[in-house]
Amino acid sequence: MAPDQIVFWVFAPVSVGSAVAMLFQRNAIHAALFLIVNFFTLAVFYLVLGAPFLFAVQIIVYAGAIMVLFLFVIMLLGVDREESLVERLRGQRPLAIVLGLGLAAEIFVTARASLGLARGPANFDETVNVGGNAQALSHVLFRDYFLPFEVTSILLIVAAIAAMVLAQRRERTTVEAAGEAEV
Amino acid sequence: MLAQFLIHPPIQLGPIGPELVLTGTAIVVLLGAAFNPRIGHSTLLLVSLLGLAGAALVSIGLWDWGGELTVLAGMVATDRFAVVARLILLGIAAMGLVYGYHYFRRSGEARAEFYPLVLFATAGMTLIAAAADLILVFLALEILSLSLYVLTGISARLSSVEGSMKYFLLGAFSSAFFLYGVAMAYGATGSTRLSAIAHALAGQTGSLGLALAAVAFLGIGFGFKVAAVPFHMWTPDVYQGAPTPVTAFMAAGTKVAAFAALIRVLETSFQPLTLDWTPLVWTIAAVTVVAGSLIAIAQTDIKRMLAYSSIAHAGFVLIALTAAGQDGISAALFYLLAYALMVLGAFGVVMLVSARGEGRTSLASYAGLYRRSRLLAGLLTLFLLSLAGIPPTAGFIAKVNVFRAAVAAGHWPLVLVGVLASVVAAFFYIRVMVLMYMQEPQDDAEPDRSPWPRVAVAVPAVLTLLFGVFPGIVLGVLDKAAILRW
Amino acid sequence: MIRLPLVLFFSAVLFSTGVYGVLARRNAVLVLMSIELMLNAVNVNLVAFSQFWHDITGQVFALFVIAVAAAEVGIGLAIVILIYRNRETINVDEVNLLKW
Repeated sequence: MAPDQIVFWVFAPVSVGSAVAMLFQRNAIHAALFLIVNFFTLAVFYLVLGAPFLFAVQIIVYAGAIMVLFLFVIMLLGVDREESLVERLRGQRPLAIVLGLGLAAEIFVTARASLGLARGPANFDETVNVGGNAQALSHVLFRDYFLPFEVTSILLIVAAIAAMVLAQRRERTTVEAAGEAEV
Repeated sequence: MLAQFLIHPPIQLGPIGPELVLTGTAIVVLLGAAFNPRIGHSTLLLVSLLGLAGAALVSIGLWDWGGELTVLAGMVATDRFAVVARLILLGIAAMGLVYGYHYFRRSGEARAEFYPLVLFATAGMTLIAAAADLILVFLALEILSLSLYVLTGISARLSSVEGSMKYFLLGAFSSAFFLYGVAMAYGATGSTRLSAIAHALAGQTGSLGLALAAVAFLGIGFGFKVAAVPFHMWTPDVYQGAPTPVTAFMAAGTKVAAFAALIRVLETSFQPLTLDWTPLVWTIAAVTVVAGSLIAIAQTDIKRMLAYSSIAHAGFVLIALTAAGQDGISAALFYLLAYALMVLGAFGVVMLVSARGEGRTSLASYAGLYRRSRLLAGLLTLFLLSLAGIPPTAGFIAKVNVFRAAVAAGHWPLVLVGVLASVVAAFFYIRVMVLMYMQEPQDDAEPDRSPWPRVAVAVPAVLTLLFGVFPGIVLGVLDKAAILRW
Repeated sequence: MIRLPLVLFFSAVLFSTGVYGVLARRNAVLVLMSIELMLNAVNVNLVAFSQFWHDITGQVFALFVIAVAAAEVGIGLAIVILIYRNRETINVDEVNLLKW
């Protein structure tokens, strides 16, 4: 078995396990920690799949920045709140599991049927990541995809305005606002 | 390594001129309001409207674009379809800004961020109409969605904040499906360019199975954005919770933008799979038209009723899409134009009847509106007639065009469903008219009597009548715009 | 070389887990985390396809997805805090002023 296959078979169960464990945690902090485990395993997959730059970004941006934001908000709202895991609709869970596995199986079969097993033995690092993954990425990002790159900056401006608009204390008290809404 | 940069194709910014003007104006307005907090909102409105007008002029300048079909490394399409979609969207944004200026001044919640957010949302909408790469479609979709989540929650009212949260959670959920679809399309063909996907699928070098999965997932994502059944759950709550001018802007704008993108994606990249996706669109169209019309009957709030009506109208546009090709696209464009006019007008009247903030949106408070304001009752009647598809309004011509295109493509059972649903829908529109004219007012609350907003609401009314009586003046333009070039 | 269908299957499982989380969890923060899980499943797909086609576009796209996810999380958490200030709860089925 090739080394990357060993990595896959070691990390895939951990990844799926942590994702499922996240769903069944009463405590939001525990759920967030499981999600971080999941993100770390995905970072390892990126490394194996020839994307070392994304490996770093995944850890720095996702597991680092985004999840810290999540933890911060969970702490802000109170960690001791526990959520009941009782079903809102009965029988939803088995149905959801069946449908989810169906989706996964369908994609597996479709992919297998139409893509074959692997597309040539050529090594990704020798064909695409010439001169390094970050260099190869930057060539494409700043030549072909420079418009989307700039558009992302607008997206971030909108997010900044959004945080400003939403998080600012409103002038009117919430009691008044709630009263008006019920009219 | 330097050579790779030197052979880069020239950067042509012309075709994204409207977006540059819009984002530039938005940033100017934002900074102006930040550095001078006492600046009058009428100034902000004026600058924003000037920006929209500038963007419209630049768009019109692109009508006779003689250059390449796509520019900026195949990211942006330069066809006339994009020009027309942009013009419709810019008009919608102008109406939304004028409504918002008036509404927030009266409700005392005026916020300077409203103007840049609407402008950014509009930039996202116009960009999505021209995007020729799925990555850009996704990013533009996110810009417009994120701006709209915030605009929905811009008021301090609890229902506004809750509407914002529901919109956000379901919107982000649908974005994930959309992305999964884009990933599948990339996996099937090895590219995210719409034209490259089309070539790969036509030449059968791609994977058919993954491409079909991509169509299904993209369909779910777009279904959420255009509010087609069964992905419509968010619509009534968000339309009801959002401040009325935001509702008007988003009901008209999101639908036009999302349909423009849907048309482009289906008719260019998945054009080789037309036979595969037509049944899908067919089914969703039928379900949407029927469910939207039936559930609207049970509503007791006019904003929720209009929300279900907008769901039904998404179904009619989908009927047009089942007739692939120029006829279908032209019919869809005209339907979107007419829909934008009537929905802007109807929500404008709702805003004026509420007088201040969000009070009195129940259908009961429309009883005897005719006694209190003949003008508002008359305008609402016109918009309801147009929504119901009764001549001599634009809504009638739009429905006829859609049905004609669908029959020509052989989908007459679908047209039959559409006609029956229109009859059902006419029932609840007429019920509101009966309330307005035949019943006594329940209270003596006065609607808003400011003159300028009435002029603003009269604009879509005049256009609805004009396009209903003389549809020829726009149909010629729309026919020329209904050819996607790629 | 990891076989592509295997990676796709793995990512589909993650995606389905996320979908289930969105539908089943009540806490808005956890719903948002489940959405993040779905986006990550998409990224795994994109990177795997990128390797399959020997084309780096997939990785570029994954970068965009991460940027968008960051913006989305920022707005989402701001909305959650706003709701909490108003109602002292972030359970989506207690937020019932409007019908869910």
